[in-house]
Amino acid sequence: MTSTSHGSEHISSFPNQNSASQDYSTLGTLIKRGAEASIYLGVWYGRKVIFKRRLPKKYRLQELDRAIQIQRTKHEPQMIHKAKEAGVPTPIVFMVDLEEATIIMEYVEGKQIKNILNDLPSEERVKVCRQIGRLIGKLHKNGIVHGDLTTSNMILTPEGKIVLVDFGLSEQSTDLEYQGVDLHLVKRALASTHYNYVDECFNAIIEGYDEEMGPDSTKDVLDRVSEIEKRGRYIAER
Amino acid sequence: MLMTSQLFPSSLKGCMSSKNYMREGFSLGIESTADDFGVGIVSFDGEVLANVNDVYIPDKGGIHPREASRHHAIVAGRVIAEALRRAGIKPKEIDVIAFSQGPGLGPCLRVGATVARALASYLGKPLVGVNHCLAHIEMGRMVNRVKDPVTLYVSGGNTIVSAFEAGRYRIFGETLDIAVGNCLDVFAREAGLRPEPGKPLGAALEELASRGRRLIQLPYTVKGMDMSFSGLLTAAVNLLRGGKYPLEDLCFSLQEIAFSMLTEVTERALAHTEKVEVLLTGGVAANKRLQSMLRAMAEEHGAHFSVVSKEYATDNGAMIAWTGVLCYKYGLTIPIEKSFVRMKWRLDDVDVPWFGAH
Repeated sequence: MTSTSHGSEHISSFPNQNSASQDYSTLGTLIKRGAEASIYLGVWYGRKVIFKRRLPKKYRLQELDRAIQIQRTKHEPQMIHKAKEAGVPTPIVFMVDLEEATIIMEYVEGKQIKNILNDLPSEERVKVCRQIGRLIGKLHKNGIVHGDLTTSNMILTPEGKIVLVDFGLSEQSTDLEYQGVDLHLVKRALASTHYNYVDECFNAIIEGYDEEMGPDSTKDVLDRVSEIEKRGRYIAER
Repeated sequence: MLMTSQLFPSSLKGCMSSKNYMREGFSLGIESTADDFGVGIVSFDGEVLANVNDVYIPDKGGIHPREASRHHAIVAGRVIAEALRRAGIKPKEIDVIAFSQGPGLGPCLRVGATVARALASYLGKPLVGVNHCLAHIEMGRMVNRVKDPVTLYVSGGNTIVSAFEAGRYRIFGETLDIAVGNCLDVFAREAGLRPEPGKPLGAALEELASRGRRLIQLPYTVKGMDMSFSGLLTAAVNLLRGGKYPLEDLCFSLQEIAFSMLTEVTERALAHTEKVEVLLTGGVAANKRLQSMLRAMAEEHGAHFSVVSKEYATDNGAMIAWTGVLCYKYGLTIPIEKSFVRMKWRLDDVDVPWFGAH
């Protein structure tokens, strides 16, 4: 594990960006611990931010573990940026600290779609889902698959914008299989958390998706989704 | 689903409820998916009476399916006779004939299937077609006394992370191309290593790797929950041919990277399913480094780790016989005319109605 030093060299009120030893875990509170990374909420330069830290895996050779952490800590902001280029709102990345395998990014103010979707009036719900579909379509059209499209990774801002977060599992790919899995995950997330509105929501998402991808591509991806379902993979509840 | 009571011959009903009423039943299982021809005889309550194996060792290169199948055809009679002798039973005392129906190499599978059909037909006993991957998991659960694990099954032909969910063993992660054992074996052969009876290529590679110290950069490919080993193999072979690195370091690096990928995906499945057991099986399970990585990972999650012993982790007839018992108890027999081999049979295509029942 990399050493973390505290004390005199960090007395200054600004974190030293060149420092190799910033302990971000003391800068915020842990809000989510995943298999891949831990998420802390904190303040950085007066801004409310997210610290996303990849913690060392003891089973891996330290040298290899570092290399993987660094590669992924680099990859995620790149994908976030590519999503922006595709016209999909994503958090602003403020800093990437490879040494600590930490990404510091904007805390997106708003509500997780997961928590509000069920309580929206039907018309609103359909509108939101269509917008989600358009965003997914934009990603896929530009060769990006998100890899973890649950409604907890979608945030509705007070301005009515939907922001996609957590690109930790994202890939650059135009592979039909990956796109199919992406949509399949959406369906599964709907079925587990928004079970009363699965069809309504999924249909609206596909309408939005279709606007971006066009009917031919949309049909191909949907065919793949049904094939994936028949295969019975990815069946466990999230 | 059919009621089990309708499926059971009256003489068998007792064995579900009480051991006292149990009629001695025996299952003979034939394994022939790849280079092993194995015959196991297992009683209905899970006692292994015999587990005989004859492995095909090629003169050069990997498994040639046709040559392996010839080997199987030649040794089949002898291996069956030896299994019966060790079990101390007569052919007519066998109640079920089970065979590995897939997945595997077509010519090899067909030898096992042909032998099984002949036995079933001659003895007038029911035939059960067993999924090879399922048999690995079921044997591991039985001999290691594990209930509901996340299983990592790694061999020359398969690389599967699975766990039981809603009636089947679901696949949470798998290889996108070649199996991890295949990757290690091909590299070992390229490096001039030779398998010996009782010491497969993987063991020779492991020995060299244990003397390696330096980590050489090789591609680490985990895509979501799936893994890829073909690029890793190509890169390692290219470096080997380049001749710049000591073989020990290459073996070491290849193992470290391949096993880290396996452990990472197993960890994700464990975190996702929240199970409390991790089971390691398959031919590659014998590797001590892989065992230690998985143990460390499982401990971090507070899960119990166990590895299937070599006899039952590598391909063997006993696991087919035992899974044959489970299938037979649930009426899952097949008529001879429908017992075609299934070379690409997926684990998650198979219903597991006995799971959780006691």
